[in-house]
Amino acid sequence: MSRLLAVLLALAAALFTVSLIVGPAAIGPLASLQALFAAGDTPLSLVMQEIRLPRAILATLVGASLGLSGAALQGYLRNPLAEPGLLGISGSAALGAVIAIQTGLAATFPLGLPLSALTGAFAGVLLITLLAGRRGGTLSLILAGIAISALASAMVSLALNLSPNPFATSEIVFWMMGSLADRSMQHVWLALPFVMVGAALLLTLGRPLDAITLGEDAAETLGMRLARVRWQLIVGSALVVGASTAVAGTIGFVGLVVPHLLRPWVGAMPGRLLGASALGGAVMVLAADILVRRVLPEADLKLGVITALIGAPLFLHLIYQTRQELA
Amino acid sequence: MSLLALQDFSVSLAGQPVLRDIRLEVQPGELVGIIGPNGAGKTTLMRAALGLIPSEGHCSLAELDDGSRARAVAWMPQDRTVAWPISVEALVMLGRMPHRGPGLRPSPEDRTHVAEAIRRVGLQGFEHRAVTKLSSGERTRALIARALAQQTSLILADEPIAGLDPAHQISTMETFAALADDGRTVMLSIHDLGLAARHCTRLVLLGEQRVVADGPPARVLSRDNLARIFNIEAYLSETEYGPVYQSLRVLGP
Repeated sequence: MSRLLAVLLALAAALFTVSLIVGPAAIGPLASLQALFAAGDTPLSLVMQEIRLPRAILATLVGASLGLSGAALQGYLRNPLAEPGLLGISGSAALGAVIAIQTGLAATFPLGLPLSALTGAFAGVLLITLLAGRRGGTLSLILAGIAISALASAMVSLALNLSPNPFATSEIVFWMMGSLADRSMQHVWLALPFVMVGAALLLTLGRPLDAITLGEDAAETLGMRLARVRWQLIVGSALVVGASTAVAGTIGFVGLVVPHLLRPWVGAMPGRLLGASALGGAVMVLAADILVRRVLPEADLKLGVITALIGAPLFLHLIYQTRQELA
Repeated sequence: MSLLALQDFSVSLAGQPVLRDIRLEVQPGELVGIIGPNGAGKTTLMRAALGLIPSEGHCSLAELDDGSRARAVAWMPQDRTVAWPISVEALVMLGRMPHRGPGLRPSPEDRTHVAEAIRRVGLQGFEHRAVTKLSSGERTRALIARALAQQTSLILADEPIAGLDPAHQISTMETFAALADDGRTVMLSIHDLGLAARHCTRLVLLGEQRVVADGPPARVLSRDNLARIFNIEAYLSETEYGPVYQSLRVLGP
């Protein structure tokens, strides 16, 4: 198990480094790494410190967030099809972002969009806690998530529908595809605290999630407090997914595929899957973000498109492999 | 004081009273079968005693905090789905959870209890098998082992033998009987009155929201009780194999 974590960590570190030395500016790997740590503001070190470093950090944060939250949700709901979008958090964060673009708030200051997206995410969480409540069961949580997602996507469609000009429309559409291009350290500082607190809440769910393998009743008689577990899950997911969506847009399939892929390597234990999925998510998003820049660099491929293009076939393959168990 | 003592214990579900003024005390070494028709409140009685659903009145388990309760009583719900393909050993190890600190690796003691529990239900050699690949009889035994590993003096099980073939039903009941012989208390809900009569040391008959009868199987399964609560007539006889029971026919409409 710890070997798996070590392998994933090494993989993430390697991809993080590759992410730093990949970009449109033709700089040698050594020169770019030197520029990263160099003081002063040569154009080279500016590129490294202001453009590539935040991009690599954000890819790590966003990937870890999605992988972790996906693993936690699958464990809690005892369903391999659960994913971060299920609670309606990414949907409501997207709505917040769209409102910022539509109202021009996004253009007034650089953090206008991510802050508005975060507000959207929190509004979504508030709604879901009101609807699914403290004593609400698993089903009411899922249904509340579906309802909130549907409402948010209807509002996004409304915004697109009423869009004043085609530029705003394409900006919204492109934002929703998810990307890490042109992000700054400001984005990192905005997302980091939320991701840290959320990740701490989710990573400590290992024991209760293991117990929930036996069902909610059995978990409770093993000494777990389910109301608290549910609270921790919702708030933790909201923090990591809300912050990720706010800085990177909606990035699908990471939270669904990564836990699924890693499950056999942790003996299917939901608790052990948490840390592994966080690292695995970082690996997947870092890799996808490198691909985005290497394949068709001039086409401005969006990250969310790539993760879905990798994730969906991978998922199909997994279903093909495990369909006998699923039947 | 006994492990499980209920007094003036009442439970309502969705505003409808299901059980009223239940009085029940179980002692170490007893294998108590909770019987009664569908909807009599067998599951409800056990879930409420465990604090899984709200109740009124006195329950000895309610005085314990979450941790102590988890070390005092184990619960086997009727739903025997295990969500993930974890190994039998990992499944049984879940029963050690109340005895382990957060994040600690299993101690040698944990491993001993797990191995002992697996041996007790006869699943040696299945330790590394995925639970989801077991037959339903094997899975039931794995879940019993999980409850055993919890090392509680009281075990509650909701219809543990439902859906098993006759051999597995008998061996499961024998496992529970052996546990009771060791001084633990086992309380289980059961529909098979024949197996209940043969293996339980005591039966508690629920009906009309109350405990209708409570005592040795032969006395609880009286002609009168069976007619009034189950609306059936049955054959019950003391034989060289112990009490033999067979339901015969439904009375009236």
